[in-house]
Amino acid sequence: MSETSKNMNQPSADSYEYKYGFETNIESESIPKGLNEDIIKIISAKKNEPEWVLNYRLKAYRHWITLTEPSEIPEKWAQVSYPKIDFQDLTYYSAPKKKIDPKKSMDDLDPELIKTFERLGIPLQEQKRISGVAVDVVFDSVSIGTTHTAELEKAGVIFCSISEAIHSHPELVEKYFGSVVPYTDNYYAALNAAVFSDGSFVYIPKNTKCPMDLSTYFRINAKETGQFERTLIVADEGSFVNYLEGCTAPQRDENQLHSAIVELIALEKAEIKYSTVQNWYTGDKNGVGGIYNFVTKRGICKGAHSKISWTQVESGSAITWKYPSVILQGDYSEGAFYSVALTHDLMQADTGTKMIHIGKNTKSTIISKGISAGKSSNAYRGLVKIMPSAENARNYSQCDSMLVGDKCSAHTFPYIEVKNKSAILEHEASTSRISEDQIFYLQSRGLDTEKSISMLVNGFCKEVFKELPLEFSVEAVKLIEMKLENSVG
Amino acid sequence: MLEIKNLHAKIEDKEILKGLNLSVKAGEVHAIMGPNGSGKSTLSKILAGHPAYEVTSGEVKYEINFSMQNLLEFSPDVRAKEGIFLAFQYPIEVPGVSNFNFLHTSFNSVLQHQGSEPMSEGDFREFLHQKMKLVQMKPEYLERSVNVGFSGGEKKRNEILQMAVLSPRLALLDETDSGLDIDALRIVAEGVNKLRTKENAVVLVTHYQRLLDYIKPDFVHVLSGGKIIQTGDATLALELEKKGYDWLM
Repeated sequence: MSETSKNMNQPSADSYEYKYGFETNIESESIPKGLNEDIIKIISAKKNEPEWVLNYRLKAYRHWITLTEPSEIPEKWAQVSYPKIDFQDLTYYSAPKKKIDPKKSMDDLDPELIKTFERLGIPLQEQKRISGVAVDVVFDSVSIGTTHTAELEKAGVIFCSISEAIHSHPELVEKYFGSVVPYTDNYYAALNAAVFSDGSFVYIPKNTKCPMDLSTYFRINAKETGQFERTLIVADEGSFVNYLEGCTAPQRDENQLHSAIVELIALEKAEIKYSTVQNWYTGDKNGVGGIYNFVTKRGICKGAHSKISWTQVESGSAITWKYPSVILQGDYSEGAFYSVALTHDLMQADTGTKMIHIGKNTKSTIISKGISAGKSSNAYRGLVKIMPSAENARNYSQCDSMLVGDKCSAHTFPYIEVKNKSAILEHEASTSRISEDQIFYLQSRGLDTEKSISMLVNGFCKEVFKELPLEFSVEAVKLIEMKLENSVG
Repeated sequence: MLEIKNLHAKIEDKEILKGLNLSVKAGEVHAIMGPNGSGKSTLSKILAGHPAYEVTSGEVKYEINFSMQNLLEFSPDVRAKEGIFLAFQYPIEVPGVSNFNFLHTSFNSVLQHQGSEPMSEGDFREFLHQKMKLVQMKPEYLERSVNVGFSGGEKKRNEILQMAVLSPRLALLDETDSGLDIDALRIVAEGVNKLRTKENAVVLVTHYQRLLDYIKPDFVHVLSGGKIIQTGDATLALELEKKGYDWLM
């Protein structure tokens, strides 16, 4: 299915002011531009990594150089287009110069960094922190610290940067790292595996409900630098964790690459809820600058009765390309994907999910809401795969698109592969347009244009927003409202 | 409270109103009748401010703060906040937005415009339950999405409920009777009658005389070819029912 909106008499003006577009003036230490084995050895040495990590990086790199960038493959499938990326013109490591000691209190951080995160709404200093949420803060290529560690330690929860975990918990990292997303998975997964910088590591012990929500905040600051973070979350038997991810970047004229890997592992009866509010810089209204967000996110429900859910609000980036997926290996395991993807101006998004059913009586739910405004292009792409072993698998998919204005487009690409006859799949899809009549109806009840649009959009996204933790859902609603403010005349 | 003089209006390139005059005072009920395509619905949509219609000449004055002001200058939401209410012929569906949330937001926007404090959810719920009795709507309609999956009759009752909540000074009912069975018609008409006061006025746009059995008009106007060609009292409607419109044209 594919539909392009037409004949609606509305101006397609949009562009809202990106309030996170400021730059932090901090001395950083970068390595030379370019990518080769020496660069990888430098990154690994900077992080003082054990040999297995370096070898892993090099294997990934050697694989990567054999691959072709996906947009250059003749029969490319993604609904995105961008100029050729010069991977030799990027910097693969950048960190604040002042040494950061993760053991030390965050109060000792460079005041510039503290100020930066305060402006982003993430207070780092002990007395100002948001209670109930522990935050790991990643600035360019390094984690600059994690809050609430003491409280988490009491519960046995490990929450730290992946670089730190490689040293402090090598057995856990080595066991699970790359087990869900191998470096052979795709072009950007191979690149990430070769040059990954920092990200978070989470381990929730058996039968433990994580005492607070965990969160990682990613900030790209340095110029011409790619961010290649790596997140690994392991939920042991019978455990539960709510994990939130947020991200922003300064407003720059050149495009920046963000290429992450997130791996989730849920053992028997464990549950992981992963939520993202993605607000990378989108580029200006002429399409100059903005982040290329090429991300591989995948979880595995390894044990029986385990659950993984991905909830995402994708509102930023010049180009978004990601498919948070779940492999349903354990019997009776459940996967869910709830997504709101908003594109405006010249943004492009090709996002969706993959649900791979392997275990018996596995269940998956997909709710995707795409909103396109301006001249943007928004595609949902989803795969539901039922393997022969997946007796009595169930899937419910619902993909709705909303068009705002007459120059945008929405596309839906559902793929279904069923290899077991007992499977039951339901798929619903719709494309609608915020119509002049709908807005007029709300206006004639005393709501101004902006309120009318936000009410219509919130109504449209309701099923996804209700899956977000409260603070996130408030933020998501505001973000979408702000971005759509000038989209409908 | 409403003075329309020599109003000309078009949609796209089609001229629909061609010199319409109408004067409405507080406390009055006006019925506007006329054959299909005569411009009846256009009139009510223009008064509410529908963006698809363009006024090419003439004027519409409406009383705001004791002075007659150019209504056409105001956006639809300001008109609503100043007491104009249009009951839609085809009420619009708003998926995902509960009827309660919709009514509460709408009510508070009007309150705020008037400089009053918004009403709390609890107080509003109580207020709303009283209003719902007027149109015999069950509380469960409040939790459903606005007009989604409502029958024709339920949608019309929901319009009258909104009217009851907003208590407009000038209510425009656009073919509120169409598609209603006789019981629903009676409920809707009774709802409207209970909302009539000396301070507010009602303009009914209708095709059929039968609504006027329930809501007694002070004036009946016949709209044809974009103009009012005849004005009379309630007996004119009865005459039209018997003789049709041809004898007037």
